[in-house]
Amino acid sequence: MASLKALKGRIDSVKSTQKITKAMQMVAAAKLKRAQNAAEAGRPYAERLEKVVASLASKVTISSTTPKLLSGTGKDQVHLFVVATSDKGLAGAFNANIARLARRRADALIKQGKTVKFYCIGKKGRAVLNRLYPGQIVKSVEPGDLGKLSFADAHAWAEDLVERFDAGEFDVAHLFYSHFQSVLVQDPTQQQIIPVKVPEDATAPQGTAAIEYEPDEEGILADLLPRNVAVQIFRAMRENAASEQGSKMTAMDNATRNAGDLIKRLNIEYNRKRQAAITTELVEIISGAEAL
Amino acid sequence: MALHFELVTPEKLVRSGEVYQVVVPGTEGDFGVLAGHAPFMATVRDGELAVYADERSQPDMIRIEGGFAEVNEKGLTVLAEKAE
Repeated sequence: MASLKALKGRIDSVKSTQKITKAMQMVAAAKLKRAQNAAEAGRPYAERLEKVVASLASKVTISSTTPKLLSGTGKDQVHLFVVATSDKGLAGAFNANIARLARRRADALIKQGKTVKFYCIGKKGRAVLNRLYPGQIVKSVEPGDLGKLSFADAHAWAEDLVERFDAGEFDVAHLFYSHFQSVLVQDPTQQQIIPVKVPEDATAPQGTAAIEYEPDEEGILADLLPRNVAVQIFRAMRENAASEQGSKMTAMDNATRNAGDLIKRLNIEYNRKRQAAITTELVEIISGAEAL
Repeated sequence: MALHFELVTPEKLVRSGEVYQVVVPGTEGDFGVLAGHAPFMATVRDGELAVYADERSQPDMIRIEGGFAEVNEKGLTVLAEKAE
């Protein structure tokens, strides 16, 4: 049976844990606000670029001169999964959810006899994938603080990806990240980034006037497609940053509440014990007095 | 009649508003866009974007890097990787 002193010690330690989780929750809330604004600020660019690429792509007929980033290699044997997670834990199921989705898709593809390789952004995803698919990680980078990532970082990764693609290392690339819907809901999402997926309903822009291009459509496409990869990665990182903070906030909120419950229970136990000790002492004194 | 002009980078919407004219540094030469310009799409080289708020005013120079410009019936949109 725990002594009174030990109980008191436990209550104090849970209290200080609660203080820490409370502080982390508040930090996450502040960072979330910023990350959310950043994610929203980045959307117009990505959406517009996507639209332009789609409308261009629907116009260009696939031929041998079409950029490979659009037409693909003609195979889908080797898949590259770009799995974007974070470097730090303590964010609830944030990293686990992304890794789980990647794992499920990878297993499905492997079953079909395809090869799956991984390109990890973030330590946490790498840890899981390295254990499950040893030797399949072609590269892993550590983004550090997701909120502070700049477009230049995403651009560098995209360039690396495009180079690997041109070198024939893989045929299809998918990006895995967590789409930020709200503080409570973050969807792990898969998106094909190479070759560019043209939505089926992509039609030429409305209006009868023909659009003039300078240089020609293919020239513009060749310039836009690598950029599109960078932008999609950048957007995913922004979404991830917001999702991570949202997830962290929820997790820390739960932790704080759990600590509160624990403290309440321990306090009751402590008070009972104290009462019992006092009663015992009284009984001893009284029976001692009676014996005299 | 004013031209609706938007300058967007991956990080944020830099500018959005009605202007008189914008001169864009295209890869194959600079071009000016006024309201009612024909639909047009061009890649942009690193350089300075000149934004004229109205006919007589001095242009606002905005340095941009990498991107492209699109003109449609709604106006001009410049997507740049970096601005200013």
